[in-house]
Amino acid sequence: MFEEDHLQPLLEVRGITKQFAGVQALKGVDLQVLPGEVHCVMGQNGAGKSTLIKTLSGVHQPDSGEIRWEGEPISLPGPTAALDLGIATMYQELDVVDGLSVAENIFLGHERASGGVLHVKKTNAVARTLLKRLGHGSLSPSTEVGTLSAANKQIVSMARALSRDTKMIIMDEPSAILDSGEVANLFRVVRELTAQGIAVVYISHRLEEIRQIGDRISVIKDGRSTANGLSVTDTSKAELIRLMTGRDVANVFPEPTPIAPDAPVVLEVDNLELAGHFDPVSFTVRAGEILGFAGLVGSKRSEILETIYGARKATSGTVSVNGKVLRPGSVPAAVNAGIGLSPEERKSQGLILDEPIFKNVTLSTFERFARGGHLNERSEREAAREQIAALELRPADPDRPARTLSGGNQQKILLARWLVHGTPVLLLDEPTRGVDVGARAEIYALIRRLAAAGTAIIVVSSEIEEVLGLADNVLVIDDGTVLTNIKASDIDEHGVLDLVMKGSAA
Amino acid sequence: MSEQKTKVAEPRVDAPADHSTPATNPFQNFLKGSAGRNLGLVIALVLLLVVGAVTSGDRFLNLENMLTILRYASIIGVVSIGVTFVITAGGIDLSVGSVLGLTTVVASLTSVQLAATQSSWILMVVVALGVGALAGLINGLVVAYGNVVSFIATLAMLVGARGLAELISGRSTQIVNNRDFLQVLRADFLGVSVLIWIFVIVAVAGWFLLNRTTFGRRTVAIGGNLEAARLAGIKVKRHMVSLYVLAGVTAGIGGVMFLGRTTAGTSTHGLLLELDVIAAVVVGGTLLIGGRGTIMGTVLGVLIFSTLVNVFTQNNLDTSVQALARGLILVVAVLLQQRFATRGGRTRKAKLKPAKV
Repeated sequence: MFEEDHLQPLLEVRGITKQFAGVQALKGVDLQVLPGEVHCVMGQNGAGKSTLIKTLSGVHQPDSGEIRWEGEPISLPGPTAALDLGIATMYQELDVVDGLSVAENIFLGHERASGGVLHVKKTNAVARTLLKRLGHGSLSPSTEVGTLSAANKQIVSMARALSRDTKMIIMDEPSAILDSGEVANLFRVVRELTAQGIAVVYISHRLEEIRQIGDRISVIKDGRSTANGLSVTDTSKAELIRLMTGRDVANVFPEPTPIAPDAPVVLEVDNLELAGHFDPVSFTVRAGEILGFAGLVGSKRSEILETIYGARKATSGTVSVNGKVLRPGSVPAAVNAGIGLSPEERKSQGLILDEPIFKNVTLSTFERFARGGHLNERSEREAAREQIAALELRPADPDRPARTLSGGNQQKILLARWLVHGTPVLLLDEPTRGVDVGARAEIYALIRRLAAAGTAIIVVSSEIEEVLGLADNVLVIDDGTVLTNIKASDIDEHGVLDLVMKGSAA
Repeated sequence: MSEQKTKVAEPRVDAPADHSTPATNPFQNFLKGSAGRNLGLVIALVLLLVVGAVTSGDRFLNLENMLTILRYASIIGVVSIGVTFVITAGGIDLSVGSVLGLTTVVASLTSVQLAATQSSWILMVVVALGVGALAGLINGLVVAYGNVVSFIATLAMLVGARGLAELISGRSTQIVNNRDFLQVLRADFLGVSVLIWIFVIVAVAGWFLLNRTTFGRRTVAIGGNLEAARLAGIKVKRHMVSLYVLAGVTAGIGGVMFLGRTTAGTSTHGLLLELDVIAAVVVGGTLLIGGRGTIMGTVLGVLIFSTLVNVFTQNNLDTSVQALARGLILVVAVLLQQRFATRGGRTRKAKLKPAKV
């Protein structure tokens, strides 16, 4: 285990502040990272983690405060300065270029070349060594990165960090895009790095994860440090939540309301199949029921959802809402019948980021606010304001562009859209991705409230715990095959994983 | 939940350990790769040649006519190489035609001024390239540091450079009377026109620059993911400026070639050239959104269009029919490309099986 005594800090940050266009993003953050440790930085969305990362990687320059590197005060005028010192960063939005090969990505910006002419063979050879060091020797350096899975892209990112003489790697929510198996591999790699004396600054929302991988924790709240270098083993989960949110979060998942025995079947999926993606599936969802899809990344959960929504055309089988069969492969047919989808990629598929909150809320209903083609913005705003109040959306200003909101509040916009629409069926793909602990509880409560009001809901999430905590019934899916359809209370996380692993073994 | 569909997973083969190289049949992989994309272009070119041979026979299929096609292709080709770089980086340069016209005017005026001196043909070349580079520099600075969309910045240059060329020339044609200059550019080397040799040299240099140097690598990176390139420490703005300078220089080379071919400089040279250039680059397989560029494709694209023009001319078809056919080819080519791209994309998605550790 890691020893923290008698070590000179690798990085020391004292009282840094940063202001953007009138918003004080950092109001005084301290951080002390020791060589060879995994230092977790926690905080809710909007707490200032991203700004802190960008300050440490030279993208932003602090307004005040001090950064020391190996005891010396430094300034980081640009990304190159940080990289040259040995500070590498793995960003959350994977910073790889799809059109280039693995090796080309690894050496991007510091290509192996003489006089501008590239050494292709040498580049590939060194890349192969780096990938081996990360336990991914099977990844070919000449593969185009665009063809890789998110997990493998992350490996490329990590290899890039190692391709320089790196002493500290900042990882911004590296597990957010990974399933549980891939997270285990990530942890293995992180341990190997720290064993070599490299410090890892690990940013995450997930408390369980931090207990597994972290040595020490620092917490930021509203741009200020609330805890510094706490020992992971001595700090309770409740204490961490309190430090992050400033309040106690007791029960994350709301109590399910029992479904009325005579509740009608709203959504019926009968032998729906998309050849090459998933086998025929059949299930029903009743009014007030939440059905969860549990499975690993790549299990084709999202594909099933998209086929129900008509975004993909089913090879065979039918989807019916309230007994009426929908035309396959037609999103308008699904929407008209009353199916709403809150997509996985909130930012690229769900929101028009530069438009104000109210226009995003009424995006699927704005025709109702129009008379003879003329939109009545005042009543649109009014409808949005009602939802803002009901959902406790922050900031409570219908004219704020969606881009400026935190992940949790952006998710609330999408829920508000379907609340205004009043759809009888709601499909939620990863409703809490990128949403912090405090806001998650609110989203869960909202979903439960929608169900209690009689909406039939399907929830897809890569966090099995979330599916089980939220849903009434669960479909366990692996590689396009439904393994079982079971009451959520009759199975736990281990049970799901066991099923999936058995399915894969064969 | 009424119905239960519990189903035992069918036995299936374990996912291959090395899922980074999905096992598809090699032919499919080949078709999806760059060689495959170029193969499609080669087939299109061969088909055009067959059409030419069938409709015009020996008049079309002889060495002299093949060289005519290449000579016609050479100027558009040189400029297309430069523009391929800009487009690969996610930009566009609409101004190359006007800039080419401007370089012919300025260079021909230089020749008038310095008619007597011996080495003035070299000076003409230097002036033409310099004017092209300067126009490119302005484009690049406006795009990279002024944060103006490249479409607008170079549209402004398209209009402005043409206007400047008219002002300087007084809308009159300047005859190039520098013998050395004409001698050099109208000469043959190994039986092939110097113009074609210039095209070959620029194409080879362009291929090397794009595929074998840090400059090319960074160009692709900027077009593929601007933010990633910036965070990797690449000086993105400076690089973008150099790309427009490069396109401007190729327009300057094109201007020199134009002067050689027509023996005169005028502000109308290169009118609408940018359209032919962009069409050739896009048909060649370089993505308009950036991130993928192919010099080989651009060369083939240029050859396809110039062969088409030749086939039509040999058959005495109207230029309007030509224009119509070129429009059709452009649309069909892009539609085919997209089909290929999405098919590739879909298979790719299907391969996104997670590693089970």
